[in-house]
Amino acid sequence: MFVFTIRRLLQFIPTIMGITLIIFVLLNMIPGNAALSTAGRLELSPEVVEQLKKDLELDKPAYVRYFNYVSRLAQGDMGTSYLRRYDVKEIVLTRLPATLKLALSAMLIAILLGVPLGFFAALKQGSWLDVFATVIAVGGVSIPQFWLGIILMYIFSYSLQILPTSGYGNGAFINLIMPALTLGIGYAAMLARTTRAAVIEVLSADFVRTAKAKGLSSARINIRHVLRNALVLILTTTGLLFGSLIGQTVIVERLFSWPGIGSLLVESIFQRDIPVAQGCLVVIIVIFLVVNLLVDVLYHFINPQIDYQ
Amino acid sequence: MSKNKPLLSVRQLTTQFNTPAGVVPAVREVSFDLQDGETLGVVGESGSGKSVTALSILRLIHSPPGRIVKGSIEFNGVDLLQRDESYLQKIRGNSISMIFQEPMSSLNPLMKVGEQIAEVIRQHRQVSHAESINQALEMLKKVQIPAPEKRLKDYPYQMSGGMRQRVMIAMALACQPRILIADEPTTALDVTIQCQIMELIQGLKEETGSAVLMITHDLGVIAEMAQKVIVMYAGQVVESGDVYSIFDNPLHPYTQLLLRSIPVLGRRTRNRREKLQEIEGMVPNLLNLPRGCSFFNRCPQAQDQCRRQAVELREISPNRQVRCVIATA
Amino acid sequence: MLNIHKIISQKNLLIGGSIVFLAIGVAVFAPFIATFDPITDADLMLSEMPPDDSFIFGTDPQGRDVFSRVVYGARVSLSVGIVTQVINTFIGVSLGLVAGYMGSRWDDAIMGLTNIMLSIPVVVFALAIMAALGPGLFNIYIALGLTNWAYSCRITRAQVLSVKNSDYVKAAKVLGYSHFSIMFSQILPNVLGPVLVIATLGAAEAILMEAALSFLGLGAQPPTPSWGGMLASARELFFIAPWMSIFPGLAIFITVLGLNLFGDGLRDYLDPRNVLKSKD
Repeated sequence: MFVFTIRRLLQFIPTIMGITLIIFVLLNMIPGNAALSTAGRLELSPEVVEQLKKDLELDKPAYVRYFNYVSRLAQGDMGTSYLRRYDVKEIVLTRLPATLKLALSAMLIAILLGVPLGFFAALKQGSWLDVFATVIAVGGVSIPQFWLGIILMYIFSYSLQILPTSGYGNGAFINLIMPALTLGIGYAAMLARTTRAAVIEVLSADFVRTAKAKGLSSARINIRHVLRNALVLILTTTGLLFGSLIGQTVIVERLFSWPGIGSLLVESIFQRDIPVAQGCLVVIIVIFLVVNLLVDVLYHFINPQIDYQ
Repeated sequence: MSKNKPLLSVRQLTTQFNTPAGVVPAVREVSFDLQDGETLGVVGESGSGKSVTALSILRLIHSPPGRIVKGSIEFNGVDLLQRDESYLQKIRGNSISMIFQEPMSSLNPLMKVGEQIAEVIRQHRQVSHAESINQALEMLKKVQIPAPEKRLKDYPYQMSGGMRQRVMIAMALACQPRILIADEPTTALDVTIQCQIMELIQGLKEETGSAVLMITHDLGVIAEMAQKVIVMYAGQVVESGDVYSIFDNPLHPYTQLLLRSIPVLGRRTRNRREKLQEIEGMVPNLLNLPRGCSFFNRCPQAQDQCRRQAVELREISPNRQVRCVIATA
Repeated sequence: MLNIHKIISQKNLLIGGSIVFLAIGVAVFAPFIATFDPITDADLMLSEMPPDDSFIFGTDPQGRDVFSRVVYGARVSLSVGIVTQVINTFIGVSLGLVAGYMGSRWDDAIMGLTNIMLSIPVVVFALAIMAALGPGLFNIYIALGLTNWAYSCRITRAQVLSVKNSDYVKAAKVLGYSHFSIMFSQILPNVLGPVLVIATLGAAEAILMEAALSFLGLGAQPPTPSWGGMLASARELFFIAPWMSIFPGLAIFITVLGLNLFGDGLRDYLDPRNVLKSKD
């Protein structure tokens, strides 16, 4: 268990290095000189631009800058915003809780809606419930999230007037409901689909026949034997979905004016504030990697069998 | 042999599978009796319908696509095919238990083996959790698993195939069933382990007095354990009788070929099993069965009449049946 | 039961295929279907009109016909779906071929890259590229075309590995065919089916993503009619002029649904095991 976790943590390092390299290359190389384009847009004086260049080490070769960037990142230094000169780490950390709250609530909604739906659909294959679940699953992955959000807004804020249109509301629960639903429903659909497939697979396993031959009731078989084993299969997908969900927070945060990292990322992209964008991207990816690490460890804990690989 | 009313009486059992390619008649009008305490051997190649017969008795056929379309299965005078699921749940694992062919996949990979045994005890007996674990431990001792206290907490992946099959046997016998159905319990195991498992089943059977339905393609096992034998081919019973008359005087050409392929009776060599598969020709496609005798295409003694019409199972002497037109007592 | 599933799978193929076909038709014949010019027919006197006989989807604040803009919007969305998947498939299949066929260091490097690609959510990756390149439709093609090739790469590599040591590829080698022609004649045909499924589902994802990025203001810039962009500009007016949001949203939903159904149906069709899984 411990060894496994350590080993997974070590595998983490090259991935992080690769990702930071890609992001660094993307944001620092391709547009030639992001800082200067910022400076150009803001019509800064040449002296300020020179100072900016020095600050940003633009006079040094790329690999030196990457090396410095990574070593600073390792010490938790994410640099300084081009525009407002504030510390990137600080601003990212103040925005982080809102994003985590939104993402975790949405994931919870996805699990609570998707897993039972897929589970019962699989048990009653071909029934109206199964057809309903299949329709929901395909519809849910096809509907544009922000459009769904707009429709929810229309229903709950405009027609029924029971939920606030947008905003964080100082963390009030009522403000969380719509963004979390908007983000969660699509993933509930995907999870329903995965769960259905997993349960169907487990249902045909030999040990389910054994359980039946033991005279257990179907409820008992379905919960203790089928669902438990299916959850192991679902768990991995949940980890991957969470990564995609973290990415989608960007759009939902923007729609609901939710003050998370996603909004910050979009703002910084518009302002071409590269250090901030870089910081947001790194944090989002790290969250994703950490979640997948946790899922792996949890998977290993539930199913120690995969130890040998 | 016995004049008593049989413990289990299967009549005209017919099980089909609906596949996209058509209806597969896996079991066709199979009938047999099993007396209390007796061992009945069911022999046949893979695809002969012997496993489906076993699964049909406890109604464990996946449905759909499987369906029992005809027949009766009387246990203690009650037709199991006429009863609802909750009645069967009381029978399964309690009065009639089953061991399967695949010990590697027949145990729940996420549950401790002790719990898997205890679960069946709690299902059928009013006992506390602690007591059920205690009884599970006793069962592990009975099936001769070393260090049973420790093994109780093992997960299946920590055990070898032979050990897992012992756990399956412990699970099946935990509630002292009247009938144990063993569906090729040793096929997936090493030859040396096969012997141990068979001896274990035989020993426990003698200890508990359960009747055993032993399904196998291994004639050596039949010779050692069974009192009566039915031979199956392409979903039908082709011959039945007591073990001595079947081995001494096989009547059906298929049985004769099966027996001829054993070099030395009862000696367990790899060779024998390979030879068993050496009967020339192929099992007929169940989707497209010949009109006449199903064994026609492989039968060395086939005659023209065998092709033209279906062959009935006929009683050739008391307790001796054969499905062949040329067979004589 | 089995047959029901088989029918459902073919129904997916049929319904999905029809929707996709229809969407392509709308995009190709947009000038004939649209009742107004999507950009130039702007009349401020007619702004924010609810749907009626002449403007069946209503008008926007500039007085442009929403129906005509939705029709032309199909061009943007479908071009995103097609262009990005052509790029993704090309990258994925090429890298998969190289990784599987060359093996050793090539394989390690490419699979390492693939794993990194898979560990970054596509939206985030696309946003990173958009951050670098700036807003615009062309940049969306690039951002979405470079970020979703990992699956086709994996499947191609797996296919190459399974075919590489087969007798007919060995025979082709002995007969002196070049590596290149072996890859093209023996391996690619086997990869075609799964890759087509991946590309169809990928196109659905790309269209959704383009809509989302356009909604954020990073996509096609006004006045180009794109569904996501129309939704972005309609957002503030939603309670006043809901038709401006409803129709472009429906257009996205139906197109993506069609592609998803088509992709699923195609997968079931190509791999009957999925349909028959409930058999034993």
